[in-house]
Amino acid sequence: MTLSLFLVVAVGGLVGAPARYLLDRAITGRIESDLPWGTFVVNVTGSLLLGLLTGLALAGRLPPVGKALLGVGFCGAYTTFSTFTFETIRLLEEGRILEAAGTVAASVAIGLGAAAGGLAIGLAF
Amino acid sequence: MASASDDGPRIPLDPDVDLGPGDGLHPLARGRRARQVQAVIVVALGCGGVLGAVSRYALSLAVPTETGRFPWGTFLVNVSGSAVLGFILILVIEQFPRGRLARPVIGTGFIGAYTTFSTFMVEAVLLIRDGRPWDAIAYLAGSVAAGLLAVWIGMTSARLVLRAERWLQEELW
Repeated sequence: MTLSLFLVVAVGGLVGAPARYLLDRAITGRIESDLPWGTFVVNVTGSLLLGLLTGLALAGRLPPVGKALLGVGFCGAYTTFSTFTFETIRLLEEGRILEAAGTVAASVAIGLGAAAGGLAIGLAF
Repeated sequence: MASASDDGPRIPLDPDVDLGPGDGLHPLARGRRARQVQAVIVVALGCGGVLGAVSRYALSLAVPTETGRFPWGTFLVNVSGSAVLGFILILVIEQFPRGRLARPVIGTGFIGAYTTFSTFMVEAVLLIRDGRPWDAIAYLAGSVAAGLLAVWIGMTSARLVLRAERWLQEELW
């Protein structure tokens, strides 16, 4: 059981990491701003999706395999905390303190809102 | 090449931003060739993603988060991943500035997939939902503060290692 869940998580990671890379590049390549918008969009959309999946799982509408594949594997690999902190430190190193603080505040506040919204929708199903 | 004082400006803000073939200086890295390069990067990145997701899952089983308790597992994953990413990105960017695969595979793929923002957010929401707002605030502020400090320690350590390396090279020759 555990081994097969590992395989399922692996498949989610196989898709999630490239999805983040491709979306991040698509966004940063299309906008003028050098702020880390790609990571922001990835993290907020991933939080919304994981909130939804968690709500569905709590409501008994998502089997453990689905949670492992889409939640742990895909959403976990699609979103990233380390790139978020790295980019924030890079902003701080360039002396862009307000932009760094804004990035962190917006990512956390909107990420929380997205996760809470997703959870509410998932529970309502 | 750059002077011995290694720092910021040459490093892109977004660690992925100059990875792609489209940004390549070489005319070869265009068109069909560019798509082939992109495909190789995406496949390599997926392999890193598998490793990262599986490592995180293993750690979450080893340090399970009980409902309503402080999510130490994700906290550890995110802080340790931040330290490793900071260290590796600086080493790779400084030592192999033209390398195309190390950053996507290790940084974006492996460490990016190992750490997670979505679980962090959902766990904070669940803490609030369980009537533990102070735990949620401690989790949010603690993760961000520890994560930022960890990245900085990782980056600074890598720069010190590189500086020591250059100093040794000069001494030896």
